[in-house]
Amino acid sequence: MSSTDGIEEAVAAAFREEWGQVVATLIRVTGDWDLAEECAQDAFAQALDRWRRDGIPRRPGAWLTTTARNRALDVLRREAVGAAKLREAAVLARDETSYDDGDDSGVQDDRLRLIFTCCHPALPIEARVALTLRTLAGLTTAEIARAFLVPEATMAQRLVRAKRKIRNAGIPYRVPPAHLLPERTTGVLGVLYLLFNEGYAASSGADLVRRDLCAEAVRLARLLARLMPDEPEALGLLALLLLHDARRHTRVDASGELVTLEDQDRTAWDRAEIEEGTALLETALRRGRPGAYQIQAAIAACHATAATAEDTDWADIAGLYGELVRFVPSTVVRLNRAVAVGMSEGPDAGLALVAELEREGDLAGYHLLPATRADLLRRSGRRTEAAEAYAEALQLVENDAERRFLQKRLAECRSA
Amino acid sequence: MKYALLFSSPVRGEERSPAEHAEDPRFAAYFAEVRAGRVTGGARLRPPADATTVRVRDDEILLSDGPFAETKEYLAGIAFIDVADLDEAVALAAKHPAAADGGAVEVRPVWE
Repeated sequence: MSSTDGIEEAVAAAFREEWGQVVATLIRVTGDWDLAEECAQDAFAQALDRWRRDGIPRRPGAWLTTTARNRALDVLRREAVGAAKLREAAVLARDETSYDDGDDSGVQDDRLRLIFTCCHPALPIEARVALTLRTLAGLTTAEIARAFLVPEATMAQRLVRAKRKIRNAGIPYRVPPAHLLPERTTGVLGVLYLLFNEGYAASSGADLVRRDLCAEAVRLARLLARLMPDEPEALGLLALLLLHDARRHTRVDASGELVTLEDQDRTAWDRAEIEEGTALLETALRRGRPGAYQIQAAIAACHATAATAEDTDWADIAGLYGELVRFVPSTVVRLNRAVAVGMSEGPDAGLALVAELEREGDLAGYHLLPATRADLLRRSGRRTEAAEAYAEALQLVENDAERRFLQKRLAECRSA
Repeated sequence: MKYALLFSSPVRGEERSPAEHAEDPRFAAYFAEVRAGRVTGGARLRPPADATTVRVRDDEILLSDGPFAETKEYLAGIAFIDVADLDEAVALAAKHPAAADGGAVEVRPVWE
């Protein structure tokens, strides 16, 4: 097979663009997730030969959906031993024409149905992530397994169980009704954010597959923002992911060591992503319905648009964290606020907030609590106390890159 | 779809008759669902102190007083419902006061 005619490229491009839509539509018309995946796969395989012979269709998505649907119809007819299966086949046949008249109206709804079903809160969170990557993004089970560092058989089992639960527990295939929509939308956004963070936390070269998760998360967030244009938080999430992604390559140095925001090479940040992210954020904020993702994106934008670390508007960031606490009343957010306050009003103001969190005790055992105290002490020149706090953080840290970073800081404090 | 709702309550030793229960205003929303016919059956169960557990081992009937396992929660009742999907089942379960106050409702599809 040669790729000089561009057919393989066209099919690969169609796969990235259309896979989720083909699967989503097939699930709606057949009600069978496995059959939908099989038939979608088959349609893409057929596309290679047929497009080479007949030319690339004007609307590849419609061609693929129709081909997959015809395949499903064949399978169901062949298997139609009982009356129920025959009825299914009849329904499918009746639905057959809708793509040939250029009507796309149902397609976007199908992908939304699919994403809301994949992210249904009755499924375990790992299954939500895996199912979204498999059915909507088209990653193979092997790829998802590698990305989440589990054996392929484990991931396959996870997907099988999730699909079985959708069927047996009666999880509906639909966009939730208005009274459930805000809560479920938050759930979908949470799955995409988790997906991104899985990739973002991966640092070294061996983790390349995991880093691809960032790209998948951005792609899915882009899709969601397009499918839910009236949801400012969907735009906010996309903006946030782009603004984080812009700094991705500067977060670790060549030897895999963690580089703090302060020390990152700002010239290496992705300008296009920062511009797109800030523009999206402005669009979202103009809707006048702020939310957790928009505020986090605003914080990320403060960092991303500061020419130097010294130019960072910490007062603004501290204010935004104060806003964020209202939406996400979490102690981790308050710890971040303490950092920002420490930077804008001086280390002592930050230390007072950290002390408050330590008294409450919710973050006991969380390494970033003593690490934050250590950093504020270091900034105020109290090196002995800082060293003690770094040592405390080192007792708790689990991630190797973070451990090396804390050790470096500890050594600096002791040598001074 | 048919589901069973399993009502689990924290062990508090409180015991009220079904009649007293029915008068509790917190049950109004749930009983409206019962009247609407979406709840097709069920029962309230007396507390674990009144339970006897039966096991047959080597053809011998072994009795123990109390439930399957001593836990902080006990199975306080069961209801059968017939609704469109899991979202509706969850909405109905959430209306039952047992879901609040430290209790929980397990939604189980009925094997049909």
